[in-house]
Amino acid sequence: MLLNHSNALALLPKTPLRDMAVTLMLIHQPQGDYIELHRKRYGYRPDHFERKRKKEAREVHKRSSIAQKALGIKGKMFAKKRYAEKAQMKRTLAMHEESTSRRKVDDDVHEGAVPSYLLDRENTTRAKVLSNTIKQKRKEKAGKWEVPLPKVRPVAEDEMFKVLRTGKRKTKQWKRMITKATFVGPSFTRKPPKYERFIRPSGLRFTKAHVTHPELKCTFNLEIIAVKKNPNGQMYTSLGVLTRGTIVEVNVSELGLVTPAGKVVWGKYAQVTNNPENDGCVNAVLLV
Amino acid sequence: MESGEGDQGGLLCILKDAEGIALGNHMFLPQSVTPQQLQHIVNQLLNNHEKLPYSFYISDMELVGPLSHYLESNKVSVEKALIIVYQPQAIFRVRPIYRCSSTITGHQDAVVSVAFSPDGQQLASGSGDTTVRLWDLNTQTPLYICKGHTSHVLCVSWSPDGKHLVSGGKSGEILSWDPLTGKQLGSTIKGHKSWVNAIAWEPVHITAPCRRFVSVSKDGVARIWDIVLRKPLLSLSGHTDSVTCVKWSGDGVIYTGSVDRTIKVWETSEGKLIRELKGHGHRINSISLSTDFILHTGAFDHTGKQYSSAEEMKKVALERYNKMKGNKPELLVSGSDDRTMFLWEPFVSKQPKTRITGHQQVINQVCFSPDGQWIATASYDKSVKIWNGITGNFVATLRGHVGKVYQISWSADSRFLLSCSADTTLKVWDLRTRKLKQDLPGHADEVYAIDWSSVGEKVASGGKDKTLKLWMG
Repeated sequence: MLLNHSNALALLPKTPLRDMAVTLMLIHQPQGDYIELHRKRYGYRPDHFERKRKKEAREVHKRSSIAQKALGIKGKMFAKKRYAEKAQMKRTLAMHEESTSRRKVDDDVHEGAVPSYLLDRENTTRAKVLSNTIKQKRKEKAGKWEVPLPKVRPVAEDEMFKVLRTGKRKTKQWKRMITKATFVGPSFTRKPPKYERFIRPSGLRFTKAHVTHPELKCTFNLEIIAVKKNPNGQMYTSLGVLTRGTIVEVNVSELGLVTPAGKVVWGKYAQVTNNPENDGCVNAVLLV
Repeated sequence: MESGEGDQGGLLCILKDAEGIALGNHMFLPQSVTPQQLQHIVNQLLNNHEKLPYSFYISDMELVGPLSHYLESNKVSVEKALIIVYQPQAIFRVRPIYRCSSTITGHQDAVVSVAFSPDGQQLASGSGDTTVRLWDLNTQTPLYICKGHTSHVLCVSWSPDGKHLVSGGKSGEILSWDPLTGKQLGSTIKGHKSWVNAIAWEPVHITAPCRRFVSVSKDGVARIWDIVLRKPLLSLSGHTDSVTCVKWSGDGVIYTGSVDRTIKVWETSEGKLIRELKGHGHRINSISLSTDFILHTGAFDHTGKQYSSAEEMKKVALERYNKMKGNKPELLVSGSDDRTMFLWEPFVSKQPKTRITGHQQVINQVCFSPDGQWIATASYDKSVKIWNGITGNFVATLRGHVGKVYQISWSADSRFLLSCSADTTLKVWDLRTRKLKQDLPGHADEVYAIDWSSVGEKVASGGKDKTLKLWMG
């Protein structure tokens, strides 16, 4: 407050009394405001604006030379900062453009009417089973599915398994380690190592998959319930191997799907679309 | 007094009506007494010329078998007089619906509202394809396609005398239709700046033929219109946010509930604000009056009688209204996003009568039963709950839906309740057993709107799958 008073006083005509009051107040003033005070009293330097313009004009050159010279972490940090600035600038420009350009009044009737009690609410994207359950059952019986990936590259046995040599002299070669990602059910308990022919490395085990709903075009992280079919063979299905093209059952209860009879659907099939052992995650497409 | 052991024992009882006024003195009743016999006693004591059906409740549990069954399952002190509450039942019965009689396609977009005319002879539906459609109920085929809206039709409303149909659209326009020809009457009525949330008509016992109706909109204004002059009469402004629901009470005032958490009571001749009911902590989704059913149906009752003149209709409607209302003031119940309901007596006090809690999610609709004894609520917590319509006490939870419950509708005799949900089904609930009576799957997608005809056993439902379904008893 004192500071403001001293500034205000400084604008008064010069008298000894005023100077005293100002000096008294200035004792309590922080150091940095002398420039401001000076400007209030005497105005800007005559060349102030010229200097300022020049400094600003040089700024770009200075920055570009820094950008060219900065190496390593400093360069990275500089680039990141500059990127953010540019993005912000672009956004601001776009915003202003939108406000100036005249828009046509939207006369079209939009699809997807909702009743007035739902109009104000934020709608969550929501999946819906529109296909007939009878059809679905028939398909299930036939064991035929029209899947997004109808054909996959067959995986040879020696690609799938790594032979582990066991025994004191490492002469026995009956143990296999699966080199692909696997799904291991929650109730799985290991056999004693002596009888364990297949090893499913715990680093390559997955319990969740990123499942995309093809109609909604949105992806959910869902729990895998079971491996239904591995295209490479029954044995891989029972081992729970997840390769590209594998059909898995996922838990869709949180999607809120219901059957035509109004029951909650919780298990639905999805097909794996990536190579999980390479990517470190399982991506899949929901079969609807 | 006897010990009350076995069937031979008697019990001191007192009969009371729903308000708690005793009928006669204390009575010493045998334990083998059945509801039928109690009904006989009540009819005798009330000197009813026609024998009316009654149901009996002991501490909000309906007495189904003989009294001894209740005594066995519940510990009852024989020292005190047992209070038995009697409630009159409708003299007619509506059969619960159990089958889909037809699925009519035609709408090009989701069916957002359906409404039977008060006499139950006509059916209108409004949809996202900007049309209102009238359906022939006898042949169950499309009758008229009413084109004229420029945006989604959000609500359709019949006048209580059944002569007019008005519909409100998403861009705020209101159109009126002739239900007999399907032609638009006059031009589009414009006034609202945003979408129309609800429309309510002036009850037929106040003016006949019906002329005035009130519409409420997202822009926070309620407007009263005249259907004959097609002019706005009054504009009720005062709400600061979207007005979601409106009721025109039998006493001639208008109640509006809004997102700004208040219910306002308006006088209709000059549009003055009479009262403001505050209490809710979040937006108000729905309000219902204890006389809603009578106000909606006007003079038409279950007999399906048609009236030739407006005066006659007014007289009958007033008679029905007074009979329904009795000598007590109208009750108002409001349901809100704060998961509670308030029971108000707007003519008695500004303070709520009771606050009703119990739902775990947003309450989307509240609905008084046609006889005013019950309140049903539909909530996004997937349940329907029943409450006592006079005290607001909890009665029952009806569980079964696996999605949000959107709308509910009572049968005309208050014995059944219909609910529709986001899980694509309709469900009929029996109020006597408080259990699911009938599960009605069939819609392929969310069901947005239902209506149970006040005459006869017909239900119409419409939803996101663009079809209209008719259900039969």
